[in-house]
Amino acid sequence: MAELTYPLAAGGRRHVRSATGTPVAEITLDAVVSGGLGARDVAIAAETLLLQADFAEGGGNPQLAENLRRGAELVAFGDDDLLRFYEMLRPGRSSAEELDSLAATLAQRGAVRCAALVREARAAYVRRGLIA
Amino acid sequence: MAAARSGVSRQQPSDSSPRRSRASLGGATSREVAGAWREGGSWGKRLFPQREEASARSAFLATRPISRDNLVPEDPALGLVAFSSPFDPEPSLRIEDGRVVELDGKPESDFDLLDEFIARRGIEVAVAEEAMQLAPVEFARRIVDPGVPRKEITRLAAGMTPAKIAATLSLLTPVEILQAMQKLRVRRTPSIQAHVTNRVDHPLLIAADAAAAVALGFRELETTVPVLRDAPANALALLIGGQVAAAGALTQCSVEERTELELGMRGLTTYAETVSVYGTEQIFVDGDDTPWSKAFLASCYASRGLKMRFTSGSGAEVLMGASEGKSMLYLEARCIAVTRAAGAQGVQNGGIDGVNVTASVPDGMREVIAENLCVMLHDLESCTGNDTLMSASDIRRTAHTFPLLLAGTDFLFSGFGSIPAYDNAFGPSNMNAEDLDDYLVIQRDWGFEGGLRWREDAELLAVRRRAADACRAVFEELGLAEFTDDDVDACVRAHGSLDVPLLAPDLPGTASERIMDRGLTAVDVVRALAERGYDVEAERVLEMIRQRLLGDVLQTSAILDEELNVLSSLTDPNDYAGPGTGYRMSPERRSEVVRVRQVWSAADLAAEQARSEGCIVLRETGPAAAGERPDEVVVGLSPAFGREIWAALNGMTVAEVLRQVLAGIEEEGLESRLLRVSRSIDLGSIGSTAARLSGSGVSVGLQAKGTALIHRADLPPLANLELFSIAPRVTAELYRGLGRNAARYARGLAPEPLLLPESSEPLGPRYHARVVQLVAIERRLVENAPPVELEATWPS
Repeated sequence: MAELTYPLAAGGRRHVRSATGTPVAEITLDAVVSGGLGARDVAIAAETLLLQADFAEGGGNPQLAENLRRGAELVAFGDDDLLRFYEMLRPGRSSAEELDSLAATLAQRGAVRCAALVREARAAYVRRGLIA
Repeated sequence: MAAARSGVSRQQPSDSSPRRSRASLGGATSREVAGAWREGGSWGKRLFPQREEASARSAFLATRPISRDNLVPEDPALGLVAFSSPFDPEPSLRIEDGRVVELDGKPESDFDLLDEFIARRGIEVAVAEEAMQLAPVEFARRIVDPGVPRKEITRLAAGMTPAKIAATLSLLTPVEILQAMQKLRVRRTPSIQAHVTNRVDHPLLIAADAAAAVALGFRELETTVPVLRDAPANALALLIGGQVAAAGALTQCSVEERTELELGMRGLTTYAETVSVYGTEQIFVDGDDTPWSKAFLASCYASRGLKMRFTSGSGAEVLMGASEGKSMLYLEARCIAVTRAAGAQGVQNGGIDGVNVTASVPDGMREVIAENLCVMLHDLESCTGNDTLMSASDIRRTAHTFPLLLAGTDFLFSGFGSIPAYDNAFGPSNMNAEDLDDYLVIQRDWGFEGGLRWREDAELLAVRRRAADACRAVFEELGLAEFTDDDVDACVRAHGSLDVPLLAPDLPGTASERIMDRGLTAVDVVRALAERGYDVEAERVLEMIRQRLLGDVLQTSAILDEELNVLSSLTDPNDYAGPGTGYRMSPERRSEVVRVRQVWSAADLAAEQARSEGCIVLRETGPAAAGERPDEVVVGLSPAFGREIWAALNGMTVAEVLRQVLAGIEEEGLESRLLRVSRSIDLGSIGSTAARLSGSGVSVGLQAKGTALIHRADLPPLANLELFSIAPRVTAELYRGLGRNAARYARGLAPEPLLLPESSEPLGPRYHARVVQLVAIERRLVENAPPVELEATWPS
């Protein structure tokens, strides 16, 4: 794959693929009308988010890069999972054990940055009395 | 958090505190005065008890809109202080082995949620020592200095604590803040966001208004709902309407966090903004979130390729009664530090819902722009409020917005109300559809980049119809709702929802349920548009799907222009470094900005004059001679009178102006004689020339635009007996009276001079463009020739 530069829209449409591997250039009106595209075919790929994270890092915003890398980890999870995890992180929703288990679930599926975020939250929630 | 709050004393801080010195200047006096207002007393009564009655001036001023605004004295214990509360911490930062162990006076063990989150994720430890050692005044100077690059400022700010940044920003004057913004906003090209809502959640009206908003230049569109259940239908209508007039506008539906995320995941919105953060732990938790849940939410949006920014803004903590006695700017600095630490690319702030609280305290508006600047210091996208009506006074609400327009920010408004104020489901914005022309004219006056352009009605009607038709087609194709031709027609022409027929009350809700139950996504929208022949819109919505796969709009301050170029921190970085640098309007853009509805061209004048052409025939009968009769009044006409100018500024024809003057002379039993003065357009000179040829020595001078005077031969040319200098306000009756008075002077009487009716209407802005054009015509007809006699006939 050629070296991709920002913005990806300019030179990357043939190379950037959706979560299912469909190149962006093949996401055409014909493909939509013929019903050949599913929801995952139009979902961003983790690789793309990692690329954007590198661009953000190069632009001097490591926190934005970190967020995009966490996002890359979450591509693999379904919408319902994400909505459920978010709910668990809201104040007073989860016990310390439940947050431990959430962190473990995330880590198990490769979402190590997200798992670290949850563990950090757990410690703060325990200290500040926000545990269910 | 209980501990943190009990640490705040309810007592007034001691005046000996150095932090208090500026705030105490207004102190007791303003408190006393505000108390008097609240109790319904007058200033006079409280401060000068011997006076019993308010003056007529005070009574008048109390009826002005500004008196409907309620202001409050500073009260740091309640958080009613813009800058530098005595309870704000002193800036401090201690790092051990690369770990922040003290932040703004608090040891690690006392960190609340925000301190902890900022300490772990928001401080660039590598520059912290250098940054924290820099004196606030030195950093403030570098912020303002165009010679210090913005990268150097954001590098240093990354190593600073919230208290350090708040202390620095409190040193800046308003103009210094604006100068800093010009350099520090992320994107070189400013942009603007619209609110697109209506009070009945009418999908076709949302679509038509979205199309009009994009035609006017808005690049982000935000909708919300009076009824939460209607959100999906609104989001869908906005998505479709937003892609009609041009490609690439981003759309969002501001609702409760979870629903908003779900709409985004389905591609029914293309960005999100309502991810709220607060400056105290109590309010953050009351808002049902923590910095970690918000950071996770930010990552959820990223995982779906959706642009997202956080929302903060001063005043919210005060409104909810848990400011911990901290200044508004310090709390906002904490919000922004949390935002940066969470990895969000930008912030909507600058009052927002709390702006009326911030506006109620001294220096409130300076605080608002300081908090906008704080976002830029953190190298984040600045979406700078102006989205809540800030005052009952038009002057005061304009003063809130105007400085930001001059400075330029990534988004000048986080919601200009593109719809009428009554239709704004967020509540009226600080500027609304009613103010659109004012905004465009001010943009033209000052030449700042306000992001908008005027569009002819025909252009707007065309895109509104296309949008309403396309939206109807999609709703029908997907089996969501049926509409009538009348619904479409009304939405196309409507100013607001009061102009459209009522929908079945459950239509938006039922359509929304169907969208959610059937799991419809943007792909279904593209398919429906294509099936019904809206290929252009189908392609544009599909492009928004592709953009999500590319992720370019996830970078800081990213927008798509109408050619689908991404403008962001990486492709369009602000490079302001002093005069001659940074964003400058292109000649093409300038030609858009100068076109506004109110421009009065030579062609407009010609058309106006043509309607009265030939209203009088003035035949030259020979050189004008000196009159012998003592009972005559000579009427001298300007070069263009009844030759090329046919209508006066008050709307009367020149034929009627002249007929009234002559009738007035005749009523007094005197004769009149007409002549044209061609050597001058100056009315004094015209009147003087005519007077010297008048048998009585008295004349009337008339310019074609309607300015008139009475002159006498013994007076210097620039003097007169009576003068109507304000032509637009002269009536037929007054012209007749002028003729009568001229005749009375000729008879040796001393008539009472005529007065124009009193008025404070601003005539200059209304007539001066016409005056310039009319004077140019008079000037063109000047010739070095003696006066000639005229014979007038009035064609019937």
